[in-house]
Amino acid sequence: MYDSGKIIAGLVIFVVLVTFPFISNMGKAGAKPKPSIDTPVINQMQVKQCVEPKEFMRAEHMQLLNNWRDSVVRNGDSIYVNKAGQSFYISLQNTCMNCHSNKKKFCDECHNYMAVKPYCWTCHIEPKESML
Amino acid sequence: MPYRTEGEHVMSINRRQFLKLAGVTTVAGIGGTAVFNGLRDNGPEAAQSSPDPRSLKGKRWGFVVDVSKLKSGEDYQKCIDACHSVHNVPDMRSLPEDIRKRQEVKWIWKDTYEHTFPTAPEDEYQNSELKEKNFFLFCNHCAQPACVRVCPTKATFRRKDGIVMQDMHRCIGCRFCMAACPFGARSFNWRDPRPFIRPEKENREYPTRMIGVVEKCTLCTERLAKGLKPACVEVSNGAIVFGDLEDPNSEVRKIIASKYTIRRKPELGTQPGIYYVIGGVEHAG
Repeated sequence: MYDSGKIIAGLVIFVVLVTFPFISNMGKAGAKPKPSIDTPVINQMQVKQCVEPKEFMRAEHMQLLNNWRDSVVRNGDSIYVNKAGQSFYISLQNTCMNCHSNKKKFCDECHNYMAVKPYCWTCHIEPKESML
Repeated sequence: MPYRTEGEHVMSINRRQFLKLAGVTTVAGIGGTAVFNGLRDNGPEAAQSSPDPRSLKGKRWGFVVDVSKLKSGEDYQKCIDACHSVHNVPDMRSLPEDIRKRQEVKWIWKDTYEHTFPTAPEDEYQNSELKEKNFFLFCNHCAQPACVRVCPTKATFRRKDGIVMQDMHRCIGCRFCMAACPFGARSFNWRDPRPFIRPEKENREYPTRMIGVVEKCTLCTERLAKGLKPACVEVSNGAIVFGDLEDPNSEVRKIIASKYTIRRKPELGTQPGIYYVIGGVEHAG
């Protein structure tokens, strides 16, 4: 093989470069996100229950929010009745964030971990967390 | 067979095989999609959404504007401020005049008779008071809205109650609607509106908009849903009357029936839902 030294050196550099992100992050798995529900409004609730059960909200909140926005903006329906028959006013800014006023510790906790960037807050006003 | 050429031997598939294959592929395609959709979780079920029982119900909401009830510039400003503060409309007065004129966002504004009714017949003997008066302008909530026809994403659409609504989640900022609207009722967010909303004036119960979307008057859908009249109507001292144009007993219909009213550019056929009382009633008697 001609120029075997250069080729092998090149291959080694290539392999190092490609595997660098994996090697450098080895053993440094990010801490599991722990969204906090420690807010004044939630702490006062006797039954700490969101509009739907926790498991459902974890898996489906994005779908629920999508339905909510279509329901309000496109159909003009502003009341959500959950499976238990309770009614809620449909509003991210006024209903969701009224309880979950800790956006950084609640929304961002998982969204940052999963590297998802929902663009809710370019328009919807975030809760003022410094006030807590 | 005499017709066969060499090329057909190479393909080595006859019509019968081809049809079989096509049939199987079609069945697999249709069946596969059905199976896939069946396996997918269809998201929230059983839960329902419904309108707020307090909400105002109408078939076609509209305004009748009687500017003779507005005496001073402050009366106009009160309505404009009421709307713009409740909807977090950016205040761009800090920008240089020429930039502001091109980039400002407005849901309700005032302009002269000539600009409001540019196609009204010219008449040199016309009531000079009328010609000097300013008129309130907003989205006309047309029955045949040109903006809705051109919107490529259905971000703007006509609701069941006649309101031409703008869904900011879907707007891609193409500005077709702005080109289509004959009334200049739509504003584009050329820059991030947030820095132009003073924190102490911000309505924290209503969203802002983002750079690159088109916005306009929504006839206060969020207030109608709670049983409230539009913000401008509440502070207008009776100059803006709100009601259902389809209801013959509504206040707006009574005014339209009893006074002389005109609409902006009716010849375009968009059927605007905003009527203007053309004065002279107090002097006519």
